[in-house]
Amino acid sequence: METFWFIAVGFMLTMYVILDGFDLGAGILHLFVAKSDNERRLVLNSIGPVWDGNEVWLIAAGGTLYFSFPKVYASSFSGFYLPLMIVLWLLMLRAIGIEFRHHIHHPMWKSFWDVVFSVASILLVVFFGAALGNVVRGVPLNADGYFFEPLWTTFSVVPEAGILDWFTVIMGVVAFATLTAHGGNFIAMKTEGELQRHAREFAAVAWLGTLMTSVVALIATSIIRPTIWDNYETSWWGYLFPTMGLLGWLGGFYFQRKKEDAKAFIASCVFIAGMAASTAFGLFPNLLPASTDSSFNLTVHNTAASEYGHSVGLVWWIIGVTIAAGYFVYLFYSFRGKIKLPAEGEGY
Amino acid sequence: MEDALIMGRFQFAFTIMFHYLFPQLTIGLALLIVIMKGLAIRKNDEFYNQGARFWAKIFAVNFAVGVVTGIPMEFQFGTNWAKFSTFAGGVIGQTLAMEGVFAFFLESSFLGLFLFGEKRLGKLGHFFAAFMVFLGSWISGFFIIATNAWMQHPVAYQMAADGSVHISSFWGLLLNPWVGWQYAHNMLGSVVTAAFVMSAVGAYYVLANHHLEYGKMFLRIGVVAGLIAAVLAAFPTGDGQGKNLAKHQPVTLAAMEGLFETKEGAELILIGQPDMEKLKIDNPIHIPNLLSFLTYNRWQAEVKGLDAFPRENWPTNIPLLYFSYHIMVGLGTIFIAIMATSVVLLRKQKLFSARWMLWILMLSFPFPYIANTTGWMTAELGRQPWLVYGLMRTAEGISPTVSAGNSLFTLLGFMGMYTLLGLLFLFLVMREVFHGPAVEK
Repeated sequence: METFWFIAVGFMLTMYVILDGFDLGAGILHLFVAKSDNERRLVLNSIGPVWDGNEVWLIAAGGTLYFSFPKVYASSFSGFYLPLMIVLWLLMLRAIGIEFRHHIHHPMWKSFWDVVFSVASILLVVFFGAALGNVVRGVPLNADGYFFEPLWTTFSVVPEAGILDWFTVIMGVVAFATLTAHGGNFIAMKTEGELQRHAREFAAVAWLGTLMTSVVALIATSIIRPTIWDNYETSWWGYLFPTMGLLGWLGGFYFQRKKEDAKAFIASCVFIAGMAASTAFGLFPNLLPASTDSSFNLTVHNTAASEYGHSVGLVWWIIGVTIAAGYFVYLFYSFRGKIKLPAEGEGY
Repeated sequence: MEDALIMGRFQFAFTIMFHYLFPQLTIGLALLIVIMKGLAIRKNDEFYNQGARFWAKIFAVNFAVGVVTGIPMEFQFGTNWAKFSTFAGGVIGQTLAMEGVFAFFLESSFLGLFLFGEKRLGKLGHFFAAFMVFLGSWISGFFIIATNAWMQHPVAYQMAADGSVHISSFWGLLLNPWVGWQYAHNMLGSVVTAAFVMSAVGAYYVLANHHLEYGKMFLRIGVVAGLIAAVLAAFPTGDGQGKNLAKHQPVTLAAMEGLFETKEGAELILIGQPDMEKLKIDNPIHIPNLLSFLTYNRWQAEVKGLDAFPRENWPTNIPLLYFSYHIMVGLGTIFIAIMATSVVLLRKQKLFSARWMLWILMLSFPFPYIANTTGWMTAELGRQPWLVYGLMRTAEGISPTVSAGNSLFTLLGFMGMYTLLGLLFLFLVMREVFHGPAVEK
């Protein structure tokens, strides 16, 4: 049962990265691929009806972690206090960037919110990558299972490292490259003409960057957390996940060249899912490893909620997530196809 | 540690009070929009659809601010109240996760369809989308109230060997006897806010002779919904909550009412300031025996005063609790009077020409916000010194590793961010209101 909830939380976080990932990626590229007001409105309208729902996967993943492994929720949220608060502020700025921009039709008002939206998207992606880096690297847990990290200490990977050190910064760059390409694929899929051409160019460059930074991150991970390979040694089938990631990357590369944008977008989804699953597979059964003493690791076993809570949650969680998946299929189906520019005053 | 506790409490209080200004309008307005969409279909009148479209714009801005200020609430359980989360996550994690899975997905997906899909969906489809947004926001409210109700009156839990609590009955948690009245009372409070806001905009349009027909429509819907909700908020839901308090938190009831001594035939204090040195109420104006009657339905019933309880279990800030409660009840009574008068005038077809009443309606929209805020202050201050009533004290719930300095840093950040958000929100909503519901193109 604990394994199930580990997978469930991992699944929801992966859904979050895939779904909010493309609208964050669109935010990264917003200033660079879309130059005119009409182009920028096209970008915003392509994510307009869905970005809010995409973000809910993060909230729902947090909630699921909270009830299935309360101790991990408490420890990680208080330990990552500063970056989480900064993430909250960035999420706010990004959301009002999208929502407030279209209320006043003045170029200065619009450019201001364009920059807010884009810069907040960029910083969020880097912070999310760095957060994943912290989990992989481990955090300075004490015997009670709590910790606190400042934003940075010396930038070297030491037991008392901060949120940012050279390793977590690399992970931030990986996230940046990956989601830029993912967002570029999405924009290319939803638009036409000049905007589409720009998005394809950026996506192609970022996709090469994704491969290079991922290789660097892989080597760095093997150095600072060699134990991540332990599970792969005991269960060969774990290699299916990195294989899936690799195939996703190759597919993306191939379909970008063929200008088949929808397929390239699906390929970047597969790549993200494969890489996320690979990381989770290597971490299991740890949810939050300790950089201090491995006996302080927070695992699925020493942090689980009660058996009853886990089993009653199973019923409603499966029902709820199935319904939610239905909404998403319906929502994406309703807004399928290329984006048409709505009249001024409607949409974004 | 003491400083960190104060910072943590202050940050939570500040962020929740700011946050709740938005959902209370969303929750009520969602219902009123569904009513408008329903009238448009039943009367086959496009006019109501145009009215609904105007409110949908206000709804969208309000919803966006509500969402972004809501995420910090869930986060703070972990960031600032880690010990509490470790202790109670096995219970309240359930309701909070259900809110995400059952309410937020529903709300956000259908909001996209509601705001962007009117042409694609057709009349009935668009009504359905509006209804689903309403349903999502009301389900969301339910899970939050269920969470709070458990903190007020913990049920359906078992204590594990490590001292943390875990859910022992799913339906016991959702059907906590505390939930029903608290949920109904809160939802009605939200409808009161939305009804007053709608009436205020309507009154402004009629007074200023702008968008006159829309103004009359907003007034007709606003004052009727306002009267129904204001009456039901007082009775039976407010009354039901009071009786729950008398049963399960009698010390809170005594503090709210300013009753220092246990007595038979206790009086209801309307006005007066608590003196915590001499333990009495200054210059009281009261109605004899009424508190006994309201609490136990008997004029001579004994009501326990603060003296019946050990001082360490008294709410920590009794004057603020007492004032919050009295402000809420006082305003609630005034709301009934305002809306009842308006409805009488409406039925006599005099409301649209009774300028004095329109002025009152236009200027009174801030007060439901105050009443809702003080209502929540009553619930939260009343629960003190407990974080989970009878199980965990507030001081025991704070994060052990977050320093007071770091909390102050983020508190200041929130203050700056929310000032900006608040100003932008007001600016944009005022613009929409002045622009009015006139059809574009």
